Amino acid sequence: MHYHWNWRIYWQQSPDGSGTYLHTLFVGLGWTLALALLAWAIALLLGIVVGVIRTTPLRWLERIGNAYVELFRNIPLLVQMFLWYFVMPELVPTALGDWIKQMPPPWGAFVPAVLCLGTFTSARVAEQVRAGINSLSRGQGMAGTALGLTLPQTYRYVLLPMALRIIVPPLGSEFLNIIKNSAVALTINVVELTASARAMQEYSFQVFEAFTAATVIYLLVNLVVVLLMRLIERKIAVPGLIGPSGGPAPAGH
Amino acid sequence: MKRLASLIAATVALSAFAAFSAPANAQGLTGTLKKVKESGTITIGHRVSSIPFSYYDDKQHPVGYAMDICYKIVDAVKADLKMPNLKVKLLPVTSSTRIPLMANGTIDLECGSTTNNAERKKQVDFGMTYYVVKYRFVSKKSAHMDKIDDLKGKTVVSTAGTTDINALNKLNTSRNFGMNILAANDHAEAFLMVETGRASAFLMDDILLSGLVANSKNPSEFSISSESLGLEPYSLMLRKDDPEFKKLVDDTMTKLYTSGEIMKIYDKWFMKPIPPKGINLNTPVSDALKNVFEHPTDSPDPSVYK
Amino acid sequence: MFSGFDFNVIERSWRYLFFDGMEFTLRLTLFAMAGGVVFGTLLAMMRLSSIKPLAWIAGTYVNVLRSVPLVLVIFWFYFLVPYMGAWVVRSDTPIHVGAFASCLLTFTMFEACYYCEIMRAGIQSISRGQVSAGYAIGLNYWQTMGQIVLPQAFRNMVPILLTQTIVLFQDVSLVYVLSITDFVGAASKVAQRDGRLVEMYTFVALIYFISCFALSLLVRKLQARIAVVR
Repeated sequence: MHYHWNWRIYWQQSPDGSGTYLHTLFVGLGWTLALALLAWAIALLLGIVVGVIRTTPLRWLERIGNAYVELFRNIPLLVQMFLWYFVMPELVPTALGDWIKQMPPPWGAFVPAVLCLGTFTSARVAEQVRAGINSLSRGQGMAGTALGLTLPQTYRYVLLPMALRIIVPPLGSEFLNIIKNSAVALTINVVELTASARAMQEYSFQVFEAFTAATVIYLLVNLVVVLLMRLIERKIAVPGLIGPSGGPAPAGH
Repeated sequence: MKRLASLIAATVALSAFAAFSAPANAQGLTGTLKKVKESGTITIGHRVSSIPFSYYDDKQHPVGYAMDICYKIVDAVKADLKMPNLKVKLLPVTSSTRIPLMANGTIDLECGSTTNNAERKKQVDFGMTYYVVKYRFVSKKSAHMDKIDDLKGKTVVSTAGTTDINALNKLNTSRNFGMNILAANDHAEAFLMVETGRASAFLMDDILLSGLVANSKNPSEFSISSESLGLEPYSLMLRKDDPEFKKLVDDTMTKLYTSGEIMKIYDKWFMKPIPPKGINLNTPVSDALKNVFEHPTDSPDPSVYK
Repeated sequence: MFSGFDFNVIERSWRYLFFDGMEFTLRLTLFAMAGGVVFGTLLAMMRLSSIKPLAWIAGTYVNVLRSVPLVLVIFWFYFLVPYMGAWVVRSDTPIHVGAFASCLLTFTMFEACYYCEIMRAGIQSISRGQVSAGYAIGLNYWQTMGQIVLPQAFRNMVPILLTQTIVLFQDVSLVYVLSITDFVGAASKVAQRDGRLVEMYTFVALIYFISCFALSLLVRKLQARIAVVR
């Protein structure tokens, strides 16, 4: 075979002047995590709001919620990245568009990437939130009304605290998804982990060493998140319920 | 690592499912020529926005100076193997995929705008030099940037996987330019970043910049720097350690140069209107290139071309 | 809002967008779905197998591939497949694998992990009594699986399998990172050449939205019908 392995490549200096190749990869990991965490905050916030309005008795609110979810589910993430990065700044007023485009790197690409990942994942979180609320017995909502709570109060004090605890496991897998999906941001020049591995390949020509390192790092991150999730799930599980079940996985990543 | 090992083992085992044609016997041939003879196809890697070397015309068909030279080589391969019906497959590549794809056998010949340098020669091989470029940068006229020093502290883009981006990195590390360096996926995208104001300048090989500017919506908006940053030879890329194919490529190119036929191809792409918009790059042969045409060389050493 | 934009660019390039780009996307989606369902079903059978090493191999395979980004897997395969091929046919030089074959292998192997989990749930939804009944009338493992369990599991899971295929259809767009001409790749090449990103990407988003939304409505209808039959 014509491929020359060189596992010591990680400790060689990268030509971008920041340090060794290994250092470049860890900087990439940092961006991956920053991207995933910020987008996750947006996804949770928007997802809970949209999920809730899809379960309210108000039909028009429910329709808006449904339209929101369909919009983000039926366009590929890559295309959504392009919409946020290339299209959005041209459609807003020129001054704002220019301000967005001239944000110093990496923010000019990082901010659209966070917004894109956040909204994309929020549609998926909304699905989980809705399923969680719908899984509660109808009596709970009625009990709230009977106590004289308003609709928002019923959600705030009765439905949401239960629903959110129930959906912790599926939310955990959505968090794993957001880490993986953040790699799509490399198409708009965010130098996250996969992009750092690709850059390492371009500079050093050591294709497989670069991708092996990235793969191992992703697996380790995954492992850490899974362990953390297990801890959280145990802490937060609703007493008296059967608990994490192995139901059919929904389609998706 | 156990998980990884099992991943690799599983993928390898499963790849057996994909049908691979049993190798027929092609006697006496080696390397690329043997592969081409056995498969009946030759795969050319081309670019999509390296104007005028290798780019899409208005029908999304790859054309250009490098493509024309490549087709001469394909003709030579056909004659050499006595296979007039040899199939030519075209595969778009980018600056960052071309070298691994050459190394792993996906493409047999790359016809684009690839710099021949000593470092790359450790991975791949090159035919005879067919163009000589200098690094310059393009920026908006309104930014008033013309010298390399004007790049200091600016946001500068170049294309990922090119020697140009290495040169930018070097400016930052050895001369403390403090630039924000962006890596775009291809030349057209990098140029668009300057056009839309995401970057102040795009450092690239000068002739490619001329092509991009001439084809842009508003060419008068841009200027190309007068100061340049080093010189590099372009050539066709082929696989390493493949003397038979390398000889065929070199001989074909040398004949093209010494017979003067190269000037017809050169004029077609650099001195006449070219697709898609019918612009004329109006770039006469440089002295360096004239010298190469008279004394063909495949040297990666820039000083040879001064 | 769209003044100053030139939507003619779509008219000028639609043949290329659909006959080159979309054709590649659809061909890859359909073949990868077929391959993915077959390989995914095999993986599911392995995961549920009583032979421990088989279950372990399939489980690790699925878990590893589900832990890394598809973009990274695409890079891996595009560069690695020719070397694997050389290893398989015992050649000392990497063998030629075209872009389509390479992508097909990538998506088949990757999506199989997701189809596997769906089929596993499908198989587990069949009552154990049916399997015992199969063995009782003298069928062997393959006959029981092929004639009793899998047809039912498959039918029950058709809606979810199709939903996963819509995801696959969207995922195929990621071959853009290799500069391959799928639907998005075709659009981006025209968009970048003509400087018409806004028009092109809006159009692409619209086409994806219409087709995926229509497909998901169809799947929902189908789901309702299957639910009645059951």
